[in-house]
Amino acid sequence: MKRLLPYPLLSSGLLAMWLLLNEPFTPGNLLLGLLVALGLPRLVASLRPPAGPMQRPLVLIRLILRVGAAVIRSAIEVARGVFRARRHAPRGRFVQVPLELRDEHALAALLMITAVIPGTVWSELAPDRSALLLHVFDLDDEAEFITSFKALYEHPLKEIFE
Amino acid sequence: MISVWEPLVALSLVASGVVVLAAGLGLYRLPDFFQRMHAPALASTLAAWLVTLGSIVYLSWRSNELYLHGWLIIIVLSITAPISSAVLARAALFRRRQAGDPLPPPLLAQEDPQPPPPNDSPTEAADR
Repeated sequence: MKRLLPYPLLSSGLLAMWLLLNEPFTPGNLLLGLLVALGLPRLVASLRPPAGPMQRPLVLIRLILRVGAAVIRSAIEVARGVFRARRHAPRGRFVQVPLELRDEHALAALLMITAVIPGTVWSELAPDRSALLLHVFDLDDEAEFITSFKALYEHPLKEIFE
Repeated sequence: MISVWEPLVALSLVASGVVVLAAGLGLYRLPDFFQRMHAPALASTLAAWLVTLGSIVYLSWRSNELYLHGWLIIIVLSITAPISSAVLARAALFRRRQAGDPLPPPLLAQEDPQPPPPNDSPTEAADR
């Protein structure tokens, strides 16, 4: 089983995407989708170091929902900040966040989270991955931002990937 | 025929338009490059989500079957958009530091037991 399906999560994701893109659902499409789902991970396996197992699916689902909610909330905040920019300029600045995450896949997920949430831009990662430089759109309490950022996003990722 | 879905579709399209307007206005109005980087994120997240929601509702209602391709737009966008945003931010930091703008200094290795490989300048090694 392990030999036939080394990347079960990636394979099932690819199969789902193939079937969604190729509606209607027919046996032929299922066969092609299975070919893609089983073959593609093998072909590209040499490009990336293998990911460790992802633990805690519940934490992952909660993290995804939390990011979705944060996107909506901060998009509204940034939009409001833009409309009001003439009257008072948003206090944008760089924040240095100390990191405990080291796993590269977890860091890639953290990059996705910061980039998808409007109002934070991933700017730099220390060479030893010990700190991260973020640009924040509008910030008044830096210490509070850092603690809540770590608690909301970094700790769940640590649970999932490490 | 007006269904309950029609106002929902209209609302999500108009809301998405407002969000894209905010994104464009932000690009125009905000004073600094790093500030401006936040504005397009609005268009690629909330605005794209709203259009997708509208099209999923509209097409499912019209064809009487669940239309889910739309989710792929959101997923693929949230995989690709971070790459360009991270690369732009890195390039801007690099160039503005070279120009001597007041920016935070490059992050260096800190408390970690293994030192980074020698011969690497901090700016080059920073994104490994």
